[in-house]
Amino acid sequence: MAKIQFEGVSKAFGRGVPALEKMDLEVAEREFVCLLGPSGCGKSTLLNIVAGFLAPSGGRVLVDGVPVTGPGADRGVVFQEYVLFPWLTVAGNVEFGPTLKGVAAEERHRTAARYLDLVGLGGHAEKFPVQLSGGMKQRVAIARALANNPSIILMDEPFGALDAQTREILQDELSRIQRVEHKTVVFVTHSIREAVYLADRVVVMTSAPGRIKQVFDIELPEVRDRFAPEFTRYEADITRVVKEEVLKVHP
Amino acid sequence: MKGRAVALLVVLVAWAIVAYGNRVVSFVNPALLPAPHEVVKVGVDAIRDGSLVKNLLTSLARVAQGFGIAAVAALTLGIFAALCAPLRLVLEPIIEFVRPIPPLAFLPMFLVWFGLGETSKVAFIAYTTFFPMFVGVAASVLRVDVMLLRAAASLGATRTDLVRRVVLPAALPGIVVALRLGFGLALFVIVGAEFIGADAGLGNLIMEARTYFNPPLIVMGALVLGLLGSLVNAVLLALERRVIHARQP
Repeated sequence: MAKIQFEGVSKAFGRGVPALEKMDLEVAEREFVCLLGPSGCGKSTLLNIVAGFLAPSGGRVLVDGVPVTGPGADRGVVFQEYVLFPWLTVAGNVEFGPTLKGVAAEERHRTAARYLDLVGLGGHAEKFPVQLSGGMKQRVAIARALANNPSIILMDEPFGALDAQTREILQDELSRIQRVEHKTVVFVTHSIREAVYLADRVVVMTSAPGRIKQVFDIELPEVRDRFAPEFTRYEADITRVVKEEVLKVHP
Repeated sequence: MKGRAVALLVVLVAWAIVAYGNRVVSFVNPALLPAPHEVVKVGVDAIRDGSLVKNLLTSLARVAQGFGIAAVAALTLGIFAALCAPLRLVLEPIIEFVRPIPPLAFLPMFLVWFGLGETSKVAFIAYTTFFPMFVGVAASVLRVDVMLLRAAASLGATRTDLVRRVVLPAALPGIVVALRLGFGLALFVIVGAEFIGADAGLGNLIMEARTYFNPPLIVMGALVLGLLGSLVNAVLLALERRVIHARQP
């Protein structure tokens, strides 16, 4: 059975063109899926529906065969704007989920330390979010999501607000982390390069109303080279398909 | 800090020049324009005979009680009103109807209801400071970023967790500001309340100074109130910084 099933998911905000129309998609356990498409194609809406922040207007989303009715600890979310708790230290943020579950302090500290090491922030546990750069904040947000041990991680343009260099470094780290953690990941992005670098499967969506335009299976090794000819070929193929949709919005 | 000391010194020197200069040219009756040494003298006298401390403590006790009652009410109602839309729908029109009435307009009513004793003053301060604090508390709770709630909910937070671990800490800086402003207001209106119906307190001291034509005592009372206000404000600001320390280290 698929880990996540979208069954005819539609979403309309008020009148006008719906954001999503009858989306069907299955995401397998431990699969890394990237949603790609022009702005306003409903990719973030789709993610918010899986997260349980929005209810679909039609259809449903199943996680492990159970319909999603609201947010839950089984689906960790990483937001573009980080959304750390500013009154908690880095460690406090990472321990937030385990604290809610009633995990004993000592084990919580161990978990936090482990995930902060994993994202390369071992020495920053006692700092507050305001003291961190954007890239560091997003690492904390990733550690916070992982430390809660969800089976699914939903990432909504997580590197969208970062500069190009930091962005590639974090892509490398996420790719490395995924090789250790093997989560089911749904990752929304604008960047074709980012999608080809990270995903097992890239889902290109149409402009509004959002539907699936084309799905690409990325058959590249786990550790990828952005300059390999096969990598560039995927990039070119996907760019062509995305461009058709962008041109519909901005002819 | 240095700039403030200089500014203060400038004001004192200007006062001295005007007051002593006036003694020389008699532009106005010198009795109407107290000089610094006269104010210091009545101050020292008032400290010696214990009347200043007694009046100060009386006023402070009224402020503390009235503010305390209002703070508890504003915190409880403000937080609940912000979290519970039906309650907010009931409370908001009532509060928006009463709030624009200048509190001092109701002071005589409090004297009619509660008499000239302590109760009327305490009740009046509670009434006056409740509204701005309620509005400030409710607004800070309502302003909590929905993204923080989403982040916590996707980490497994229940409704109770959200209130305790996200809404309250996120709203705390705004709540502290609301309380500080409420306390400032309490110090402000106690004087008015003591002008009208009181037998002690700094407002009463100033009013008696007027009755017995003692301008230096009026100025002394006003200066003590000013000092008290800035002292309390400084203490509350320091407390606020400690509370918000996490965000602005």
